[in-house]
Amino acid sequence: MDESRRAFLKTAGCAILGAGLAAPIAAPIASAVAGAVSAEAMPGELKAARWALVVDVKKCLQRENCRACIDACHVAHNVPLIKDPAHEIKWIWKEPFKDTFEAEAHPYLEKELADKQVLVLCNHCDNPPCVRVCPTKATWKRADGIVMMDQHRCIGCRYCIAGCPYGSRSFNWQDPRPFITTGIKPEYPTRMKGVVEKCTFCTERLVKGLAPACVEVCNKVAGPGTMTFGDIRDPGSEVARMLKTGFSIRRKPALGTEPQIFYLV
Amino acid sequence: MLEKALHGSRRYWTLIGFLSAVALVGVVAYLKQLSAGLVITGLSRDVPWGMYIAQFTFLVGVAASAVMVVLPYYLHNFKAFGRLAILGEFLAIGAVTMCMLFIFVDMGQPTRVLNVILHPTPNSLMFWDMMVLSGYLVINVLVAYVTFTSENKGVHPPSWIKPIIILSIPWAVSIHTVTAFLYSGLGARPFWLTAILAPRFLASAFASGPSLLIVLCLVLRKYTKFDAGEEAIRKLSEIVTYAMAANIFFVLVELFTALYSGIPEHKHHFEYLFIGLHGHNALVPYMWTSQFLAVTALVLLLIPKIRTNFKYLFPICVGVITAIWIEKGLGMVVTGFIPSPLGKVTEYSPTLLEGLITLGIYAGGFLIITLLYKIAVSVREELEA
Amino acid sequence: MYDTGKIMTGLAAFLVMLTLPFWYSAATGKAGERPDPVLPKTEKKCVESRQYMRDYHMDLLNRWRDAVVREDRHIYVSQDGTRHEMSLNNTCMKCHAERAQFCDKCHKYLGENPFCWDCHLDRKGVM
Repeated sequence: MDESRRAFLKTAGCAILGAGLAAPIAAPIASAVAGAVSAEAMPGELKAARWALVVDVKKCLQRENCRACIDACHVAHNVPLIKDPAHEIKWIWKEPFKDTFEAEAHPYLEKELADKQVLVLCNHCDNPPCVRVCPTKATWKRADGIVMMDQHRCIGCRYCIAGCPYGSRSFNWQDPRPFITTGIKPEYPTRMKGVVEKCTFCTERLVKGLAPACVEVCNKVAGPGTMTFGDIRDPGSEVARMLKTGFSIRRKPALGTEPQIFYLV
Repeated sequence: MLEKALHGSRRYWTLIGFLSAVALVGVVAYLKQLSAGLVITGLSRDVPWGMYIAQFTFLVGVAASAVMVVLPYYLHNFKAFGRLAILGEFLAIGAVTMCMLFIFVDMGQPTRVLNVILHPTPNSLMFWDMMVLSGYLVINVLVAYVTFTSENKGVHPPSWIKPIIILSIPWAVSIHTVTAFLYSGLGARPFWLTAILAPRFLASAFASGPSLLIVLCLVLRKYTKFDAGEEAIRKLSEIVTYAMAANIFFVLVELFTALYSGIPEHKHHFEYLFIGLHGHNALVPYMWTSQFLAVTALVLLLIPKIRTNFKYLFPICVGVITAIWIEKGLGMVVTGFIPSPLGKVTEYSPTLLEGLITLGIYAGGFLIITLLYKIAVSVREELEA
Repeated sequence: MYDTGKIMTGLAAFLVMLTLPFWYSAATGKAGERPDPVLPKTEKKCVESRQYMRDYHMDLLNRWRDAVVREDRHIYVSQDGTRHEMSLNNTCMKCHAERAQFCDKCHKYLGENPFCWDCHLDRKGVM
């Protein structure tokens, strides 16, 4: 090729590349700032130093076929009902005791207990491996301990799913909307295909001064004490009291994730 | 120099045509995945990573193996690798491109991939993986371009390229170490939570990568006038032998720890791979085939008369590549998820569309390698004429 | 010149394609069409001025999104001092309840397809 033509093409190519890379930097990031985001709390907003959940396993097992918390959560958050277990999405569900607490299950455990269904959900760990591995901070730990999700940021790499030792996270393998059968709630968004979702301790309800949907419905249906939600760092809170007076365990404590879902057994 | 890729024999154009066709089928299949979502794959809630990530893992090894040519030639002046160096670099370019394509097709929201750069997260190994892979691609393109154009012009390459070439050596090791760290830092997956994962990756990379390079050199020898040289190919085969020995040793060492300690968390995965777990045994035949191929290949490679006979070396190298592809490409990724955190076994097998996308990316990568090799071969043929 | 016929044909085709938006709109009678978003009946003041919203509603929504989702902040103080809850559903949609009547009108006119609606719903539950 002619040397000068070659030089021209090289220069042109570099110029376009340079302009393309420089444009977003050079162009003024216009958003003539008008108003300001305020740090004020919403009226009645619930705040805590560290949110935690205490599940009284014995009380929960007294209502064996109860699905109140699961249904309340999934309906409130437009969680799709996908029957295929390969693609299902669940924020809160039940698993057999022997699988939930491998360390505590042994061959001589009372037979009934081994297969009894225990409530499982995201543990909102204090040292969350899912947060450590997320490449875009689409999931992160809030100051109040809640491990939050930003589905706008999520690139769907599923690294967080690989990192979660509890299987708490679900991926949208397809568009979930056709599977939302229980009547969509317009006040909460659905999710799009290609992002991960999980329990967020109902941050949208905490802002309005309401307890998480699962806790609220459980207290209504089974009375207080089965599911208790509160600030674990507040010595006067119910959760702190329950943990001081009862014997509680957590899932897979040896991994150092510091889960904040406590099970009274 | 690029125009050399536009003139070729009938055989050349047939190959280009075939690879382009397969790549096109892959693109069409990917469009289906874009519109329907990853539901078209065989992945599941329990096994979120499968064929795509496994191919990425295998190909990072192939890309890193270029260091096995660069190190002796540029650092230790092993002149015999003179003609081979450019082939190793071009192979690395093709392999890294395929790696990036495999990651791209695995994303649930690929249009947001730049979020990794817009919101850098140094505590995430995936962030580092993107950085080192991109860097490695840039280094290899730069080094290949500068050294090859200099050779074409008959001059010494400029001195500033030397430090970049030396940089590519630890960089190559780093790309595969970072990829291993992606897995080996996860407490949730005991199968991967082993310090030996990074050394295993490197050993298998240095066996499979140079094997692929040998295969390509022998193909070039047969169909073009490009001869990498007896000594070069023989040296590569020695590298493969040592690497394969290390790889098999590492596998045995892993098996010992898992089986002797008897700890269920460690044992279960190897049980699943070699004898089946709770009645699930889809991978068992593949794993035994892989080990059989690996051991047979090593034994044959250890016999100098066989190793130096290129008629035997060709199928042995194919065996090495196959064995490691099964071990890394099939066995390693999926087994990390079996059993699941709640003790369930969900098996995985890729779907047709997933396979077509995979083949499409392989075809695209080999298309790049073909084009680049054609340039290398044509230029060398001219220079030597 | 060489190949005059081919060049002239090519040039003509190019000019036709270049001016396509103009004569196509004129031909299909859509030339003078303007988007007609339905404005809320009761409320006359938005969070910010009409001009600001026209120019920057995308940036505003992005800032609100990051503030609510990522920073757990919920109150926005407009330029004129009024406080609003930062919420697409509770604030924007309180007045602009139906996307087909408001948001979509301008977006469709411009061929703009924001992905908000992949997840968010308007007050009528329309996706």
